[in-house]
Amino acid sequence: MRKLAIIGIGLIKWGELWEKSIRQIAAEAISKCLEDAGTDRIDAMTIGNMSGGLFNGQEHLSSLIPDHLGRKNIPAMRIESACASGGMAVRTACLEVASGFSDYAIAVGVEKMTDISGNEATYALATAADQDYEAFHGVTFPGLYAMMAKAHMDRYGTTRDQLSSVVIKNHYNGSLNPNAQFPFKITSDQVLKSPMVSDPLRLLDCSPITDGAAAVLITTLEEAKKLKKQPVFISGIGHASDSIALSSRKDILKLEAVELSTDKALKMAGKSIRDIDFAEVHDCFSIAEIMILEALGVVAPGEGGKASSDGLTGLNGNFPVNPSGGLKSKGHPVGATGVAQICEAVTQLRGEAGERQLKNIRTGLTQNMGGSAGSSVVHILEVI
Amino acid sequence: MQVPRYWREIPKRYRLEAAQCKKCLNISFPEKFSCPECGSRDFKTIKLSGKGKISTHTIIRIAPEGFNDQVPYGMGIIEMDEGPRIMAQITDCDPEKLKTGDRMIYQFRRIREDGSTGVIMYAYKFVPDVGI
Repeated sequence: MRKLAIIGIGLIKWGELWEKSIRQIAAEAISKCLEDAGTDRIDAMTIGNMSGGLFNGQEHLSSLIPDHLGRKNIPAMRIESACASGGMAVRTACLEVASGFSDYAIAVGVEKMTDISGNEATYALATAADQDYEAFHGVTFPGLYAMMAKAHMDRYGTTRDQLSSVVIKNHYNGSLNPNAQFPFKITSDQVLKSPMVSDPLRLLDCSPITDGAAAVLITTLEEAKKLKKQPVFISGIGHASDSIALSSRKDILKLEAVELSTDKALKMAGKSIRDIDFAEVHDCFSIAEIMILEALGVVAPGEGGKASSDGLTGLNGNFPVNPSGGLKSKGHPVGATGVAQICEAVTQLRGEAGERQLKNIRTGLTQNMGGSAGSSVVHILEVI
Repeated sequence: MQVPRYWREIPKRYRLEAAQCKKCLNISFPEKFSCPECGSRDFKTIKLSGKGKISTHTIIRIAPEGFNDQVPYGMGIIEMDEGPRIMAQITDCDPEKLKTGDRMIYQFRRIREDGSTGVIMYAYKFVPDVGI
C-alpha cells in the first residue's frame, strides 16, 4: 500500500446559499482545493453526497459535477453512507491512491439542502434511519438522539448543563471560523430558551440544515513533496458499520461503529488515543459529541458530559474537540461534513487556523458518522 | 407508497410476528436474514405477547411529513418481555409523565395516511399497561 498525503483543501462559506445550485457549490470547492494544491491534476473523483435525489431531484452527480467543472471526462463516482458520505468519499479516494490505481484523487463532499422545505428535509434526513421500522412510526433524527440523551441521563446522571457546555464551546470555536454558517457565540440561557424539538433536546442542541461543499486532494507522499504546500500524512483509516435501527442495539449508549472504526484507524497508524492531539467529531447533536468522546476512548463511558463541562475539549483544553465549531456552528451539509472535518484538521496541522489555531499539535483525528451511528469512518492525520 | 411495500410488512406490524432462532433461541423483531447471535438461518415464527416496558423515550414536537397533525407525541423503545426492542409511538397518555421502566402494552392503531387517496397505514402503538 502506498503512503498517502493531502496536498490541497477547498472549503466555501457555508449557509443558506439560495443563489447557488449543487453543481456550482461543488465546483467552487474543487476549484479552491486545486488552487490550494497548486496543481490541476485529477485522476479520479469521489463525491460524498447523501441524497441529491431527495434534496435536489438530482442523481448522477458523477456526471453532473465534472461536467459543470469543465472536466467532463474525469472518472467520478458518488459515495453514499448518509451523514458519513463525506468521510467515506475521502476514504475511497485514499483507496484509489493507496492501491496505485490513481495518483491524484480528489474527494468532494456536497449537500444542497435548502432546495426543499424544512419538513421535506426532515423526511429526507430520516431516510438514514430504518424506513420500515423507525421512520414509518414518525421518529425523527432529533428523536433518536433524544432517546440516547435520555438514556445517558438516566444511567450516568448527565445533566442539561453538560449538554449545553458542548453547544456553547462549539459556537465559541465557530465564532472564530469565517466559513461557519452560524459564526457567533451563544449562552446557556439561549440554549435553555430555544424551543424543545424532542425532549430533552432543544433547537440549539441540534446541528442545522446547511448548503455546503468541501474538497480535499490526495496523492502519494512522494508526489506530495513536489508540490508547494506542506503535505499532511494520512496515517490511519478506519471504517465500520452497526445496525441501522437504534432499537436493534442491546445497548443504545454503545456506539460500536465509532469504537471499531477508531480502533482500526489507531492500529493502522500505530498509535493509541493518548497520541492524538485534537479531534474533529460528528456532533450532529450535543449528546453525540459526549458519546463520541466515550467511544473514542478519550474518557470512560459515562464521563463524557463531565469532561465537556470541565473544559477538556475547549481550544485550550487537554483534548480540543471541534476547533472548527463542529457541525453545530459550522453547519451540517450532510455529504460535505466528513470532507470538511479533514479540511479543518489539515488547516490546524499546517498552522493556518488563525484565531482558533491550536498550539503544539502534530496528530489529529476526524470522526464522521451516518444515521444514529449505523456507520462511522475515522481518519488520522499527521504533520510530516 | 405502492401497496406491496405496505402489505409485505403486515405480519409484523399487525400481529407482532417475530423470528426465533431454532439454534440459540434468540428472537429478532423484525426478522433478519440470519441470526445476529449465532448466524443460523433456521427460524420459527412466533407472536410477541405485546407486553413490555419503556427502555428509553422522548416526545416528538417537530414531526416529519405525514405526522404534523399528531404533535406532540410520545415515542420510545419498548423492550418486550420476550427480549426484542421495538421503536413505536406511545399514546393514550400524557407523554410528559412517562418514565423509563413504565409497563406498556401493544395496541393496533392508525399510523398515518399517504395523502388523500393513498394507503391508510396501520401498525402497533403502545399504551400504558394499567393491568385491565
